[in-house]
Amino acid sequence: MAAHEIEIILNRQLADCLSIPVFITDTVGNLIFYNEPAEEVLGKRFEDTGEMPVEEWSTVFKPFDNNGNPMAPEELPLVRTLSDQYPYHKSFQIVSLKGKKQPISVTSYPIISRSGNFLGAVAIFWKQKLK
Amino acid sequence: MKVKLWGVRGSIPTSGPDTEKYGGNTSCASVAYGDHLLVLDGGTGIRQCGGACSASNRIDILLTHLHLDHIQGLGFFSPLFDPSKEIHIWGPASSSQSLFSRISRYLSPPLFPVLLRDVPCKLELHEVSNSVFDIGPFRIQSSYIIHPGPTVGYRIMRENFVFTYIPDHEPALGSHGMIQNPKWVSGYDLAEGADVLLHDAQYTKEEYPIRRGWGHSSINDAGLFASITSAKHTLFAHHDPSHSDAFLEEMLASFKLSSDVSVALAMEGSEIELT
Repeated sequence: MAAHEIEIILNRQLADCLSIPVFITDTVGNLIFYNEPAEEVLGKRFEDTGEMPVEEWSTVFKPFDNNGNPMAPEELPLVRTLSDQYPYHKSFQIVSLKGKKQPISVTSYPIISRSGNFLGAVAIFWKQKLK
Repeated sequence: MKVKLWGVRGSIPTSGPDTEKYGGNTSCASVAYGDHLLVLDGGTGIRQCGGACSASNRIDILLTHLHLDHIQGLGFFSPLFDPSKEIHIWGPASSSQSLFSRISRYLSPPLFPVLLRDVPCKLELHEVSNSVFDIGPFRIQSSYIIHPGPTVGYRIMRENFVFTYIPDHEPALGSHGMIQNPKWVSGYDLAEGADVLLHDAQYTKEEYPIRRGWGHSSINDAGLFASITSAKHTLFAHHDPSHSDAFLEEMLASFKLSSDVSVALAMEGSEIELT
């Protein structure tokens, strides 16, 4: 079994220490790790699901812009990071598991190895206070 | 192939009766097959190694990283000053500076009187990362591992035999220690099923928490790493300079109470034949 590169392992270890939801994907968007706060957002436990294909986990969130219009996937920070390997940040709304709209900010960044290789991406979900 | 340990002490050389048995020289090992010689790391142990490799015209030095205890002996490696020798130094690539530039920080005044570029041997430097390459009869795999600064471990293969050399490594770095899934263990690919694994075991379980992030392992984490990777035999190395021979043996005895993996303390001067 091939192990992940240490840049991925260290990102997981960092995520494991944080109280904010963190999602780590491979280069095509397959979810390879999410931490405990992210489990609440996703409604699933990493121990139960393990890695999740992009087709499966990308449909969990329904994103809307601040005017209430549905957002295209290519507008989402993580999708943009996976596309061009740059960091992005955006505030928008997602429909929570209970069906409520939740304002949220997402920061995404690429994991570029010491050798300069693109290994995957990280998305951090910052919950905003409801106005 | 024959493995010889020339230095197994961590951090700084020690001398004196308290460390006489396991040795006080810092990291260095050699792997020989026929006339081919690999030297692993250039700690103070490499000085004696230099005197023992006069038969080889070509010598390959594989550096895991450039912390002082792994390069301090380089300037005292006698083949470097022999014009008939061809020396290849392999070391981890950095994202900012060349290997030559980084080694030259030490091998230049005021720290050392001779410039690296002025050594009389035929010198060639090679940068490695997550690489696989061949040197003579050996196939070598290098991978970055968890340790401060660019650091690699080496898996040295010849025919069906594997020797893995990871003297400085902290795979348990994180809030919950090592993730016990091979896919998430730093260095796993290097050590999987190795006949002999030499691995960092600098601290006791009690010492480790206040040294977390320094890049080294407790003896328990080293044992867990050996277990996860199914290494057949593991040598605990990078002995802490404050640990006497008696203390190291107490550490090992205590570890063995809770583990059945095949382990021993790395000892300077010892040899292992893999045939």
